[in-house]
Amino acid sequence: MVITNPKYEEALLRYNKKIAAASVEDMVLNVGPQHPSTHGVLRLELITDGEIVKEVIPHIGYLHRCFEKHAESLTYQQTIPFTDRMDYLASMNNSHAFVMGVERMMGIDKDIPKRVEYIRVLVCELNRIASHLIAIGTYGIDIGAFTPFLWCFRDREHIMGMLEWASGSRMLYNYIWVGGLFYDLPVGFEERCRDFVEYFKPKMVELNQLLTDNQVFISRTANVGVLPLDVAINYGCSGPMLRASGLKWDLRRIDNYSAYPEIDFEIPIGQGLMGKVGDCWDRYKVRVDEIEQSLRIIEQCLDRLQKELKRTPDFDPRAKMPRKTIPKAQDYYVRCEGAKGELGFYFITDGKSEIPTRVKSRGPSFNNLSVLPELSKGVLIADLIAIVGSIDFVLGEVDR
Amino acid sequence: MSFDDIKNLLTEKLGDTVITGEETGGLQPALLINPDDITAVCLELRNNPKTYFDFLSSLSGVHYNDEANRYGVVYHLASIPYKTQLTLKISKAHPKESTELPEFKSITSVYRTADWHERETYDMLGIYFEGHPDLRRILLPDDWEGFPLRKDYQNAEFYKGIRID
Repeated sequence: MVITNPKYEEALLRYNKKIAAASVEDMVLNVGPQHPSTHGVLRLELITDGEIVKEVIPHIGYLHRCFEKHAESLTYQQTIPFTDRMDYLASMNNSHAFVMGVERMMGIDKDIPKRVEYIRVLVCELNRIASHLIAIGTYGIDIGAFTPFLWCFRDREHIMGMLEWASGSRMLYNYIWVGGLFYDLPVGFEERCRDFVEYFKPKMVELNQLLTDNQVFISRTANVGVLPLDVAINYGCSGPMLRASGLKWDLRRIDNYSAYPEIDFEIPIGQGLMGKVGDCWDRYKVRVDEIEQSLRIIEQCLDRLQKELKRTPDFDPRAKMPRKTIPKAQDYYVRCEGAKGELGFYFITDGKSEIPTRVKSRGPSFNNLSVLPELSKGVLIADLIAIVGSIDFVLGEVDR
Repeated sequence: MSFDDIKNLLTEKLGDTVITGEETGGLQPALLINPDDITAVCLELRNNPKTYFDFLSSLSGVHYNDEANRYGVVYHLASIPYKTQLTLKISKAHPKESTELPEFKSITSVYRTADWHERETYDMLGIYFEGHPDLRRILLPDDWEGFPLRKDYQNAEFYKGIRID
């Protein structure tokens, strides 16, 4: 099939012309795809006038594997490992969202045992901390602070070790399954997790002293890349990015899914303590505060898991797994709060096979990154690096 | 506002021809909208103080692959003040052997989220959005041939003389 209409090529020609014209008067500068500050393989094409960035054109797709095409040829259970590879820093959250969607379509979401729900929330929150630790650590290194990076990775290693103990793999877990879990938590997990929480709390104080209240860090991030709330909403930003602009919007509270309605936690928002609301420092600070809230959630989960939901010898986390995962014909959009923001999956099923007709994934990083050209109009190149780092995207999810 | 209220509101404001049907069988009801009116419907739903659907969660292109070879776009809106969700659907039959792409109106002027999502839909399904400011391929290279998420897509064997395994 040959597509001939010239209007389909218009945008590409316009773009080529713009770059050609810009290289006469201004300078076209490529940041990436192998630049350490782009956190992966993102290429930013900057049109600059001296040190001032006039325009940013992001080029994505270097990690594209077409998750959606894979999902159209595999069963639901087989697709879960692929969701792990989207946001590879928070795999548990991805599979949790996907699994929740399938369970609701099957109508078995109310039958999931409480212990399974609490274990899911526990591992998701551990993973959220790990993801935020990377965000904070690498943000420090973007700005020039090397020590917090090493400290964050040291503490993240404990979480990796625990999740490896539970699931058998370090980053891509495939632990949450439709209707249950891969295995129950290993014996002694709760105690080790509690030790970790006790160990980790003072480390957060140290991290705050080292980075959050550091004057050099504040000077680089406060009042830089201010994202007003209306712009954030219109661009579909979500997660810490939206909350830093001052809106209490957390799907864990809005949708009240899984075990979250029974758990008490705060939703931190940006307050503009060091500059304006919605600047880079606020986005950083929201993540730090979220780690503390996640620790609270973990403690409450552990309380329940060690008392009334204690492990029993006959407990089978796979008991509710459906033999055949064939939801009736419908389409369903499930959303949940991933580590980076609203993570959504849209399913279309035909009611006959175990393979969905269409799966679309709405990655939070994809939408959060799309605001970058708007955020970085007229900033200095050095500030652009601070802005890119504060968005905290994972290219595996942007490109899918 | 309930689903029926939204339906009545749209009929009242924009006329009877706007809504062509509804799907209420599944867990989430969906409104089928006349493809030509989608921009006006989104603008009305976003700006009306009774609905305030100010957040576009997701925009998905679909190739239904049925007898009429329909192509469609599904919009998932969310309202932050009211904490509600709404699904809008548009679709159009498209002849299989046509050398043109199926065309829909762009809603970039209402939600900037749609910018990258529509580019992705264009890239993956070959749906052209009229009025989009910068409709280039986004995930695939600019010179890629074909649209991978179409059901009749044939895997490319070579890309610039390099065999694809």
